[in-house]
Amino acid sequence: MADDKLDAVIVGGGLAGLAAAYCLGEAGRQVLLLERGDEPGSKNVTGGRIYLSPIRPLLPGFFDDAPFERHVVKEALTMVDGRNTTLLSHVQDRWRHPPYMSYTVLRARFDQWFSTRAMEKGAFIVPRRRVDDLLWEDGRVAGVHAGGEEIPAHMVLAADGALSFMAEKAHLRQPLVPSRHAVAVKEVYGLDPGAIEERFGLDPGEGAAHLFMGSVTKGRFGGGFLYTNKESLSLGLVLGMDDLMRGSEEFDVLKQGSEQFDVPSLMEDFESLPEIGRYIKGADLKEYSAHIITEAGAGGLSRLFTDGMLVAGDAAGFALNMGVTVRGMEFAVASGVIAARVIDEALTKNDFSAQFLSLYEKRLRESFVMKDMETFRHTAEVLANPRLFTVYPACISSLLEAVFTIGEDPRKGLYRSAMDATKKHVGVWNAFKDFLSLRKI
Amino acid sequence: MTMKVEEKLTRNAIKNAKESHIRLDQTICRTCVERPCIRLCPGRLYSQSEETGEMVVEFAGCLECGTCKIVCVRKSVSWEYPEGGFGVQYRYG
Repeated sequence: MADDKLDAVIVGGGLAGLAAAYCLGEAGRQVLLLERGDEPGSKNVTGGRIYLSPIRPLLPGFFDDAPFERHVVKEALTMVDGRNTTLLSHVQDRWRHPPYMSYTVLRARFDQWFSTRAMEKGAFIVPRRRVDDLLWEDGRVAGVHAGGEEIPAHMVLAADGALSFMAEKAHLRQPLVPSRHAVAVKEVYGLDPGAIEERFGLDPGEGAAHLFMGSVTKGRFGGGFLYTNKESLSLGLVLGMDDLMRGSEEFDVLKQGSEQFDVPSLMEDFESLPEIGRYIKGADLKEYSAHIITEAGAGGLSRLFTDGMLVAGDAAGFALNMGVTVRGMEFAVASGVIAARVIDEALTKNDFSAQFLSLYEKRLRESFVMKDMETFRHTAEVLANPRLFTVYPACISSLLEAVFTIGEDPRKGLYRSAMDATKKHVGVWNAFKDFLSLRKI
Repeated sequence: MTMKVEEKLTRNAIKNAKESHIRLDQTICRTCVERPCIRLCPGRLYSQSEETGEMVVEFAGCLECGTCKIVCVRKSVSWEYPEGGFGVQYRYG
Protein backbone atom coordinates (compact mmCIF):
# COMPACT_ATOMS: atom_id res chain seq x y z
CA MET A 1 0.00 0.00 0.00
CA ALA A 2 1.07 3.54 -0.76
CA ASP A 3 2.74 5.39 2.06
CA ASP A 4 0.98 8.67 1.30
CA LYS A 5 -2.14 7.37 3.01
CA LEU A 6 -3.24 8.71 6.35
CA ASP A 7 -3.92 6.13 9.02
CA ALA A 8 -7.50 7.35 9.45
CA VAL A 9 -9.86 10.10 8.32
CA ILE A 10 -12.80 10.95 10.58
CA VAL A 11 -15.83 12.68 9.10
CA GLY A 12 -17.51 14.98 11.61
CA GLY A 13 -16.49 16.76 14.82
CA GLY A 14 -19.20 15.55 17.16
CA LEU A 15 -18.70 13.37 20.20
CA ALA A 16 -18.15 10.11 18.29
CA GLY A 17 -15.60 11.66 15.93
CA LEU A 18 -13.80 13.60 18.65
CA ALA A 19 -13.60 10.59 20.97
CA ALA A 20 -12.13 8.52 18.13
CA ALA A 21 -9.67 11.29 17.18
CA TYR A 22 -8.55 11.56 20.82
CA CYS A 23 -7.95 7.81 21.13
CA LEU A 24 -6.20 7.43 17.78
CA GLY A 25 -4.03 10.46 18.57
CA GLU A 26 -3.13 8.89 21.89
CA ALA A 27 -2.27 5.63 20.11
CA GLY A 28 0.21 7.60 17.98
CA ARG A 29 -1.75 7.20 14.75
CA GLN A 30 -1.84 9.81 12.00
CA VAL A 31 -5.47 10.88 12.18
CA LEU A 32 -7.31 13.72 10.46
CA LEU A 33 -10.77 14.90 11.51
CA LEU A 34 -12.76 17.05 9.07
CA GLU A 35 -15.52 19.28 10.43
CA ARG A 36 -17.82 21.40 8.23
CA GLY A 37 -18.60 24.04 10.90
CA ASP A 38 -16.42 26.92 12.08
CA GLU A 39 -15.36 24.74 15.02
CA PRO A 40 -16.23 21.26 16.24
CA GLY A 41 -19.59 21.86 17.94
CA SER A 42 -20.78 24.62 15.60
CA LYS A 43 -23.30 22.30 13.94
CA ASN A 44 -24.16 20.20 16.95
CA VAL A 45 -27.31 20.31 19.03
CA THR A 46 -28.28 18.44 22.16
CA GLY A 47 -31.22 18.67 24.58
CA GLY A 48 -29.25 18.13 26.66
CA ARG A 49 -27.79 16.15 29.36
CA ILE A 50 -25.05 13.56 29.32
CA TYR A 51 -24.85 10.51 31.62
CA LEU A 52 -21.26 10.00 32.62
CA SER A 53 -21.39 6.70 34.51
CA PRO A 54 -21.34 4.49 31.39
CA ILE A 55 -18.43 6.34 29.73
CA ARG A 56 -16.13 7.21 32.64
CA PRO A 57 -14.49 3.75 32.60
CA LEU A 58 -13.72 4.13 28.86
CA LEU A 59 -11.73 7.34 29.35
CA PRO A 60 -10.59 7.33 33.01
CA GLY A 61 -10.04 10.81 34.45
CA PHE A 62 -10.73 12.44 31.10
CA PHE A 63 -13.99 14.15 32.06
CA ASP A 64 -12.71 15.53 35.38
CA ASP A 65 -12.06 19.02 33.98
CA ALA A 66 -14.69 19.00 31.23
CA PRO A 67 -16.75 22.19 30.84
CA PHE A 68 -20.11 20.71 31.80
CA GLU A 69 -22.90 23.04 32.86
CA ARG A 70 -24.53 21.67 36.07
CA HIS A 71 -24.72 18.24 37.68
CA VAL A 72 -28.35 17.12 37.83
CA VAL A 73 -29.72 16.55 41.33
CA LYS A 74 -33.41 17.11 40.62
CA GLU A 75 -35.66 15.26 38.19
CA ALA A 76 -39.10 16.67 37.52
CA LEU A 77 -41.97 15.56 35.31
CA THR A 78 -44.98 17.70 34.58
CA MET A 79 -48.04 16.15 32.99
CA VAL A 80 -49.95 18.79 31.11
CA ASP A 81 -53.67 18.62 30.38
CA GLY A 82 -54.56 21.90 28.70
CA ARG A 83 -54.00 24.50 31.41
CA ASN A 84 -54.07 21.87 34.21
CA THR A 85 -50.74 20.44 35.35
CA THR A 86 -49.45 17.71 37.62
CA LEU A 87 -45.85 17.96 38.80
CA LEU A 88 -43.76 15.10 40.10
CA SER A 89 -40.38 16.12 41.45
CA HIS A 90 -37.61 13.96 42.84
CA VAL A 91 -34.34 14.91 44.51
CA GLN A 92 -31.93 12.08 45.17
CA ASP A 93 -29.34 12.91 47.81
CA ARG A 94 -26.83 10.55 46.19
CA TRP A 95 -26.84 12.71 43.03
CA ARG A 96 -25.57 15.65 45.08
CA HIS A 97 -22.22 13.96 45.70
CA PRO A 98 -19.40 13.13 43.26
CA PRO A 99 -18.93 11.24 41.08
CA TYR A 100 -21.98 12.89 39.56
CA MET A 101 -24.31 10.73 37.48
CA SER A 102 -25.26 13.24 34.82
CA TYR A 103 -24.61 16.78 33.72
CA THR A 104 -26.39 19.33 31.59
CA VAL A 105 -24.24 20.36 28.65
CA LEU A 106 -24.04 22.88 25.80
CA ARG A 107 -22.32 21.38 22.82
CA ALA A 108 -20.55 24.38 21.31
CA ARG A 109 -18.44 24.82 24.45
CA PHE A 110 -18.09 21.11 25.26
CA ASP A 111 -17.09 19.98 21.75
CA GLN A 112 -14.49 22.75 21.41
CA TRP A 113 -12.93 21.59 24.68
CA PHE A 114 -12.99 17.98 23.48
CA SER A 115 -11.38 19.04 20.22
CA THR A 116 -8.54 20.82 22.07
CA ARG A 117 -7.89 17.63 24.10
CA ALA A 118 -7.77 15.57 20.90
CA MET A 119 -5.32 17.99 19.26
CA GLU A 120 -3.08 17.78 22.34
CA LYS A 121 -2.89 14.04 21.67
CA GLY A 122 -1.71 14.74 18.13
CA ALA A 123 -4.93 14.50 16.13
CA PHE A 124 -5.25 16.94 13.21
CA ILE A 125 -8.59 18.72 13.35
CA VAL A 126 -9.54 20.82 10.36
CA PRO A 127 -12.72 22.93 10.58
CA ARG A 128 -14.70 24.60 7.76
CA ARG A 129 -14.12 21.56 5.59
CA ARG A 130 -17.12 19.63 4.29
CA VAL A 131 -16.57 16.07 3.15
CA ASP A 132 -18.31 15.68 -0.22
CA ASP A 133 -17.87 12.04 -1.01
CA LEU A 134 -16.05 8.82 -0.24
CA LEU A 135 -12.96 7.83 -2.15
CA TRP A 136 -13.16 4.26 -3.46
CA GLU A 137 -10.35 1.91 -4.50
CA ASP A 138 -10.99 -1.63 -5.79
CA GLY A 139 -14.52 -1.59 -4.39
CA ARG A 140 -13.47 -0.58 -0.89
CA VAL A 141 -13.54 2.76 0.90
CA ALA A 142 -10.09 4.30 0.68
CA GLY A 143 -10.48 7.88 1.88
CA VAL A 144 -12.64 10.93 1.23
CA HIS A 145 -13.18 13.81 -1.20
CA ALA A 146 -13.27 17.18 0.55
CA GLY A 147 -13.11 20.69 -0.91
CA GLY A 148 -11.94 19.43 -4.31
CA GLU A 149 -9.14 17.35 -2.79
CA GLU A 150 -8.69 13.62 -2.54
CA ILE A 151 -7.62 12.50 0.92
CA PRO A 152 -6.53 8.84 0.87
CA ALA A 153 -6.63 6.94 4.15
CA HIS A 154 -6.43 3.35 5.31
CA MET A 155 -9.59 3.78 7.36
CA VAL A 156 -12.58 6.14 7.27
CA LEU A 157 -14.80 6.68 10.29
CA ALA A 158 -18.23 8.12 9.44
CA ALA A 159 -19.22 10.17 12.48
CA ASP A 160 -21.30 12.67 10.53
CA GLY A 161 -24.46 12.65 12.58
CA ALA A 162 -28.04 11.52 12.24
CA LEU A 163 -28.27 12.48 8.56
CA SER A 164 -25.01 10.64 7.76
CA PHE A 165 -24.38 11.24 4.09
CA MET A 166 -21.28 9.02 4.32
CA ALA A 167 -23.16 5.98 5.61
CA GLU A 168 -25.68 6.58 2.82
CA LYS A 169 -22.99 6.76 0.15
CA ALA A 170 -21.52 3.48 1.43
CA HIS A 171 -25.03 1.92 1.32
CA LEU A 172 -24.86 1.18 5.04
CA ARG A 173 -27.64 3.39 6.33
CA GLN A 174 -31.34 2.60 6.36
CA PRO A 175 -33.49 5.08 4.42
CA LEU A 176 -34.48 8.22 6.34
CA VAL A 177 -38.23 7.91 6.89
CA PRO A 178 -40.61 9.91 9.11
CA SER A 179 -41.68 6.87 11.16
CA ARG A 180 -38.12 6.45 12.47
CA HIS A 181 -37.40 10.07 13.32
CA ALA A 182 -38.36 12.93 15.57
CA VAL A 183 -37.62 16.60 15.21
CA ALA A 184 -36.29 18.46 18.24
CA VAL A 185 -36.56 22.22 18.62
CA LYS A 186 -34.60 24.04 21.30
CA GLU A 187 -34.19 27.53 22.68
CA VAL A 188 -31.39 28.74 24.93
CA TYR A 189 -32.32 31.54 27.34
CA GLY A 190 -29.65 33.53 29.17
CA LEU A 191 -30.40 33.84 32.89
CA ASP A 192 -28.39 34.83 35.96
CA PRO A 193 -27.15 31.77 37.94
CA GLY A 194 -28.74 33.08 41.15
CA ALA A 195 -32.13 33.37 39.45
CA ILE A 196 -31.78 29.84 38.03
CA GLU A 197 -31.03 28.41 41.48
CA GLU A 198 -33.88 30.31 43.11
CA ARG A 199 -36.48 29.40 40.47
CA PHE A 200 -35.60 25.71 40.40
CA GLY A 201 -34.84 25.34 44.11
CA LEU A 202 -31.18 24.39 43.71
CA ASP A 203 -27.96 24.99 45.58
CA PRO A 204 -25.13 26.75 43.71
CA GLY A 205 -23.81 24.60 40.85
CA GLU A 206 -26.67 22.11 41.04
CA GLY A 207 -28.94 21.42 38.10
CA ALA A 208 -32.43 20.24 37.30
CA ALA A 209 -33.91 18.22 34.45
CA HIS A 210 -37.59 18.94 33.93
CA LEU A 211 -39.66 17.01 31.40
CA PHE A 212 -43.19 17.74 30.16
CA MET A 213 -45.73 15.27 28.76
CA GLY A 214 -49.29 15.49 27.54
CA SER A 215 -50.99 18.26 25.65
CA VAL A 216 -47.70 20.13 25.06
CA THR A 217 -47.52 17.98 21.94
CA LYS A 218 -51.28 18.25 21.26
CA GLY A 219 -51.56 14.51 21.74
CA ARG A 220 -48.71 13.66 19.43
CA PHE A 221 -45.72 11.46 20.23
CA GLY A 222 -43.11 13.43 22.13
CA GLY A 223 -42.73 15.89 24.95
CA GLY A 224 -40.98 18.94 26.29
CA PHE A 225 -37.76 19.48 28.22
CA LEU A 226 -36.25 22.22 30.35
CA TYR A 227 -32.66 21.92 31.57
CA THR A 228 -30.65 24.29 33.72
CA ASN A 229 -27.23 25.30 32.43
CA LYS A 230 -24.68 27.47 34.32
CA GLU A 231 -26.03 30.78 33.03
CA SER A 232 -28.83 29.69 30.75
CA LEU A 233 -31.83 27.43 30.33
CA SER A 234 -32.39 24.94 27.50
CA LEU A 235 -36.07 24.69 26.61
CA GLY A 236 -37.45 22.53 23.85
CA LEU A 237 -39.77 19.99 22.32
CA VAL A 238 -39.17 16.57 20.80
CA LEU A 239 -41.88 15.64 18.28
CA GLY A 240 -42.35 12.34 16.46
CA MET A 241 -42.43 13.10 12.71
CA ASP A 242 -44.99 10.49 11.77
CA ASP A 243 -47.62 11.94 14.09
CA LEU A 244 -46.83 15.48 12.98
CA MET A 245 -47.47 14.54 9.36
CA ARG A 246 -50.98 13.25 10.06
CA GLY A 247 -54.02 15.50 10.04
CA SER A 248 -55.34 17.24 13.13
CA GLU A 249 -58.59 15.24 13.21
CA GLU A 250 -56.91 12.02 14.33
CA PHE A 251 -55.56 13.74 17.42
CA ASP A 252 -58.76 15.42 18.46
CA VAL A 253 -59.35 12.96 21.32
CA LEU A 254 -58.75 15.84 23.71
CA LYS A 255 -61.71 17.61 22.09
CA GLN A 256 -59.74 20.80 21.88
CA GLY A 257 -60.88 21.38 18.31
CA SER A 258 -58.83 20.85 15.16
CA GLU A 259 -56.53 23.71 15.84
CA GLN A 260 -53.76 24.91 13.61
CA PHE A 261 -50.56 23.08 14.39
CA ASP A 262 -47.10 23.46 13.02
CA VAL A 263 -43.76 23.01 14.71
CA PRO A 264 -43.03 26.71 15.40
CA SER A 265 -46.58 27.17 16.80
CA LEU A 266 -46.27 24.13 19.07
CA MET A 267 -43.10 25.71 20.47
CA GLU A 268 -44.81 29.07 20.92
CA ASP A 269 -47.72 27.41 22.76
CA PHE A 270 -45.26 25.51 24.97
CA GLU A 271 -43.44 28.72 25.93
CA SER A 272 -46.71 30.42 26.78
CA LEU A 273 -47.65 27.84 29.44
CA PRO A 274 -47.60 29.51 32.88
CA GLU A 275 -45.41 26.60 34.11
CA ILE A 276 -42.75 27.60 31.59
CA GLY A 277 -43.28 31.34 31.88
CA ARG A 278 -42.28 31.39 35.51
CA TYR A 279 -38.90 29.87 34.68
CA ILE A 280 -38.02 31.94 31.60
CA LYS A 281 -39.47 35.26 32.81
CA GLY A 282 -37.06 38.08 32.03
CA ALA A 283 -34.62 35.68 30.36
CA ASP A 284 -33.11 36.61 27.03
CA LEU A 285 -33.39 34.29 24.02
CA LYS A 286 -29.84 33.59 22.84
CA GLU A 287 -30.33 30.90 20.23
CA TYR A 288 -32.98 28.90 18.38
CA SER A 289 -31.88 25.51 17.11
CA ALA A 290 -33.35 22.30 15.73
CA HIS A 291 -32.28 18.84 14.67
CA ILE A 292 -33.67 15.50 13.67
CA ILE A 293 -33.25 12.56 16.04
CA THR A 294 -33.19 8.88 15.15
CA GLU A 295 -35.83 7.09 17.19
CA ALA A 296 -35.89 3.64 15.67
CA GLY A 297 -33.75 2.01 18.34
CA ALA A 298 -32.10 -1.37 17.79
CA GLY A 299 -34.27 -1.99 14.71
CA GLY A 300 -33.04 1.15 12.97
CA LEU A 301 -29.28 0.75 13.14
CA SER A 302 -27.16 1.11 10.04
CA ARG A 303 -24.71 -1.60 9.06
CA LEU A 304 -21.74 -0.69 11.19
CA PHE A 305 -18.81 -1.54 8.93
CA THR A 306 -17.69 -2.20 5.40
CA ASP A 307 -14.26 -2.62 3.79
CA GLY A 308 -12.18 0.35 4.96
CA MET A 309 -14.92 2.10 6.94
CA LEU A 310 -16.78 2.15 10.28
CA VAL A 311 -19.84 4.13 11.34
CA ALA A 312 -20.23 5.61 14.86
CA GLY A 313 -22.58 7.72 16.97
CA ASP A 314 -25.83 9.12 15.56
CA ALA A 315 -24.63 8.23 12.06
CA ALA A 316 -24.98 4.57 13.03
CA GLY A 317 -28.35 5.16 14.69
CA PHE A 318 -27.08 4.86 18.27
CA ALA A 319 -29.88 6.75 19.99
CA LEU A 320 -32.25 5.42 22.58
CA ASN A 321 -35.76 6.72 22.81
CA MET A 322 -36.73 7.32 26.43
CA GLY A 323 -40.11 8.77 25.48
CA VAL A 324 -39.70 12.42 26.23
CA THR A 325 -35.94 12.46 25.80
CA VAL A 326 -33.47 10.56 23.66
CA ARG A 327 -30.11 9.29 24.94
CA GLY A 328 -27.35 9.57 22.39
CA MET A 329 -24.21 11.28 23.65
CA GLU A 330 -22.94 8.39 25.80
CA PHE A 331 -23.37 6.03 22.85
CA ALA A 332 -21.51 8.47 20.61
CA VAL A 333 -18.51 8.69 22.94
CA ALA A 334 -18.45 4.93 23.55
CA SER A 335 -18.82 3.95 19.90
CA GLY A 336 -16.10 6.48 18.97
CA VAL A 337 -13.69 4.99 21.54
CA ILE A 338 -14.48 1.42 20.47
CA ALA A 339 -14.12 2.33 16.77
CA ALA A 340 -10.72 3.90 17.45
CA ARG A 341 -9.48 0.77 19.22
CA VAL A 342 -10.59 -1.44 16.33
CA ILE A 343 -9.02 0.93 13.79
CA ASP A 344 -5.79 0.86 15.82
CA GLU A 345 -5.78 -2.96 15.72
CA ALA A 346 -6.61 -2.97 11.99
CA LEU A 347 -3.62 -0.68 11.36
CA THR A 348 -1.34 -2.97 13.38
CA LYS A 349 -2.53 -6.02 11.43
CA ASN A 350 -2.71 -4.05 8.16
CA ASP A 351 -6.10 -5.63 7.61
CA PHE A 352 -8.96 -3.29 6.67
CA SER A 353 -11.35 -5.92 5.39
CA ALA A 354 -14.99 -6.03 6.46
CA GLN A 355 -14.24 -9.44 7.90
CA PHE A 356 -11.67 -8.04 10.31
CA LEU A 357 -13.70 -4.91 11.01
CA SER A 358 -16.67 -7.02 12.13
CA LEU A 359 -14.72 -6.96 15.39
CA TYR A 360 -16.24 -3.48 15.88
CA GLU A 361 -19.78 -4.84 15.98
CA LYS A 362 -18.69 -7.66 18.28
CA ARG A 363 -17.12 -5.17 20.73
CA LEU A 364 -20.19 -2.95 20.61
CA ARG A 365 -22.37 -5.95 21.43
CA GLU A 366 -20.22 -6.62 24.49
CA SER A 367 -20.54 -2.97 25.59
CA PHE A 368 -23.43 -1.02 27.12
CA VAL A 369 -24.09 0.53 23.70
CA MET A 370 -25.70 -2.50 22.08
CA LYS A 371 -26.81 -4.02 25.37
CA ASP A 372 -28.89 -0.94 26.22
CA MET A 373 -30.19 -0.71 22.64
CA GLU A 374 -31.35 -4.34 22.87
CA THR A 375 -32.80 -4.04 26.38
CA PHE A 376 -34.98 -1.15 25.24
CA ARG A 377 -35.77 -2.64 21.81
CA HIS A 378 -39.52 -2.53 22.45
CA THR A 379 -39.66 0.74 24.39
CA ALA A 380 -40.51 2.73 21.28
CA GLU A 381 -43.56 0.55 20.54
CA VAL A 382 -44.83 0.91 24.09
CA LEU A 383 -44.21 4.64 24.09
CA ALA A 384 -45.88 5.03 20.71
CA ASN A 385 -49.19 4.37 22.48
CA PRO A 386 -51.07 7.62 21.82
CA ARG A 387 -52.95 7.30 25.15
CA LEU A 388 -49.72 8.20 26.95
CA PHE A 389 -49.79 11.65 25.38
CA THR A 390 -53.52 12.27 25.50
CA VAL A 391 -55.86 10.56 27.92
CA TYR A 392 -53.48 9.58 30.71
CA PRO A 393 -52.42 13.14 31.56
CA ALA A 394 -56.13 14.10 31.43
CA CYS A 395 -57.00 11.10 33.62
CA ILE A 396 -54.42 12.04 36.27
CA SER A 397 -55.62 15.62 36.17
CA SER A 398 -59.26 14.54 36.74
CA LEU A 399 -58.27 12.18 39.52
CA LEU A 400 -56.31 14.80 41.42
CA GLU A 401 -59.08 17.30 40.87
CA ALA A 402 -61.48 14.79 42.48
CA VAL A 403 -59.08 14.12 45.35
CA PHE A 404 -58.36 17.74 46.20
CA THR A 405 -61.67 19.43 45.45
CA ILE A 406 -64.15 20.00 48.25
CA GLY A 407 -67.44 21.10 46.72
CA GLU A 408 -71.07 21.18 47.72
CA ASP A 409 -71.75 17.48 47.15
CA PRO A 410 -70.57 14.70 49.46
CA ARG A 411 -67.10 13.38 48.51
CA LYS A 412 -66.64 10.05 46.73
CA GLY A 413 -64.10 7.60 48.14
CA LEU A 414 -60.59 7.56 46.65
CA TYR A 415 -60.99 4.18 44.91
CA ARG A 416 -64.27 5.27 43.36
CA SER A 417 -62.68 8.53 42.13
CA ALA A 418 -59.78 6.61 40.55
CA MET A 419 -62.11 4.15 38.82
CA ASP A 420 -64.32 6.96 37.55
CA ALA A 421 -61.35 8.87 36.12
CA THR A 422 -59.96 5.71 34.49
CA LYS A 423 -63.30 4.71 32.98
CA LYS A 424 -64.00 8.18 31.70
CA HIS A 425 -60.63 8.82 30.06
CA VAL A 426 -58.92 5.53 29.31
CA GLY A 427 -61.38 2.66 29.61
CA VAL A 428 -60.58 -0.11 32.06
CA TRP A 429 -59.65 -2.64 29.36
CA ASN A 430 -57.22 -0.23 27.68
CA ALA A 431 -55.71 0.64 31.05
CA PHE A 432 -55.19 -3.06 31.76
CA LYS A 433 -53.55 -3.64 28.34
CA ASP A 434 -51.30 -0.61 28.82
CA PHE A 435 -50.30 -1.87 32.25
CA LEU A 436 -49.30 -5.23 30.73
CA SER A 437 -47.33 -3.51 27.96
CA LEU A 438 -45.09 -1.96 30.62
CA ARG A 439 -43.44 -5.35 31.04
CA LYS A 440 -41.67 -4.77 27.71
CA ILE A 441 -39.92 -1.63 28.93
CA MET B 1 -46.24 37.76 24.34
CA THR B 2 -44.33 34.94 22.80
CA MET B 3 -41.77 35.70 20.16
CA LYS B 4 -42.46 34.64 16.58
CA VAL B 5 -40.06 32.23 14.92
CA GLU B 6 -38.97 34.88 12.39
CA GLU B 7 -37.57 36.93 15.27
CA LYS B 8 -36.10 33.89 17.02
CA LEU B 9 -34.05 33.16 13.91
CA THR B 10 -32.44 36.60 14.11
CA ARG B 11 -30.73 35.49 17.36
CA ASN B 12 -28.67 32.87 15.52
CA ALA B 13 -25.20 33.29 14.06
CA ILE B 14 -25.47 32.40 10.39
CA LYS B 15 -22.92 32.79 7.61
CA ASN B 16 -24.83 32.53 4.40
CA ALA B 17 -23.45 31.01 1.25
CA LYS B 18 -24.36 32.69 -2.06
CA GLU B 19 -26.20 29.65 -3.31
CA SER B 20 -28.95 27.72 -1.62
CA HIS B 21 -28.11 24.27 -0.27
CA ILE B 22 -31.79 23.32 -0.69
CA ARG B 23 -33.30 22.71 -4.11
CA LEU B 24 -36.93 21.99 -4.87
CA ASP B 25 -38.37 20.19 -7.88
CA GLN B 26 -41.41 22.33 -8.67
CA THR B 27 -42.95 19.65 -10.90
CA ILE B 28 -43.14 17.40 -7.83
CA CYS B 29 -44.21 20.23 -5.47
CA ARG B 30 -47.15 21.04 -7.79
CA THR B 31 -48.54 17.53 -7.35
CA CYS B 32 -48.14 17.56 -3.56
CA VAL B 33 -51.28 18.25 -1.55
CA GLU B 34 -50.06 17.67 2.03
CA ARG B 35 -46.97 19.92 1.88
CA PRO B 36 -45.59 18.72 5.23
CA CYS B 37 -42.55 20.95 4.72
CA ILE B 38 -44.67 24.04 5.48
CA ARG B 39 -45.85 22.77 8.87
CA LEU B 40 -42.82 20.79 9.98
CA CYS B 41 -39.90 23.11 9.18
CA PRO B 42 -38.91 24.44 12.65
CA GLY B 43 -37.78 27.72 11.04
CA ARG B 44 -41.04 28.12 9.07
CA LEU B 45 -38.92 28.67 5.98
CA TYR B 46 -41.21 26.97 3.45
CA SER B 47 -44.15 28.78 1.87
CA GLN B 48 -46.13 28.90 -1.32
CA SER B 49 -45.60 32.03 -3.40
CA GLU B 50 -48.85 33.94 -3.85
CA GLU B 51 -47.71 35.28 -7.22
CA THR B 52 -46.41 32.17 -8.92
CA GLY B 53 -47.97 29.41 -6.80
CA GLU B 54 -44.51 27.82 -6.58
CA MET B 55 -43.00 26.53 -3.36
CA VAL B 56 -40.32 28.80 -1.93
CA VAL B 57 -37.71 28.05 0.73
CA GLU B 58 -35.75 30.78 2.57
CA PHE B 59 -32.50 28.87 2.85
CA ALA B 60 -30.80 31.77 4.65
CA GLY B 61 -32.43 30.97 8.01
CA CYS B 62 -31.93 27.20 7.74
CA LEU B 63 -31.17 25.45 11.05
CA GLU B 64 -29.74 22.45 9.13
CA CYS B 65 -31.94 20.06 11.08
CA GLY B 66 -32.81 17.83 8.12
CA THR B 67 -36.55 17.67 8.80
CA CYS B 68 -37.59 18.68 5.25
CA LYS B 69 -35.28 16.09 3.72
CA ILE B 70 -37.14 13.38 5.66
CA VAL B 71 -40.75 14.58 5.56
CA CYS B 72 -40.69 15.32 1.83
CA VAL B 73 -41.66 11.73 1.04
CA ARG B 74 -42.23 12.65 -2.65
CA LYS B 75 -38.52 13.53 -2.82
CA SER B 76 -38.80 17.03 -4.20
CA VAL B 77 -36.32 18.39 -1.64
CA SER B 78 -32.66 17.86 -2.48
CA TRP B 79 -30.78 18.96 0.54
CA GLU B 80 -27.08 18.91 1.21
CA TYR B 81 -24.94 20.57 3.82
CA PRO B 82 -23.85 24.12 3.02
CA GLU B 83 -20.22 24.36 1.98
CA GLY B 84 -17.67 24.16 4.83
CA GLY B 85 -17.69 27.24 7.07
CA PHE B 86 -21.14 28.40 5.88
CA GLY B 87 -24.64 28.13 7.29
CA VAL B 88 -25.74 28.26 10.91
CA GLN B 89 -22.94 28.32 13.51
CA TYR B 90 -24.38 27.34 16.88
CA ARG B 91 -22.76 29.22 19.76
CA TYR B 92 -24.62 27.21 22.44
CA GLY B 93 -25.97 24.04 20.79
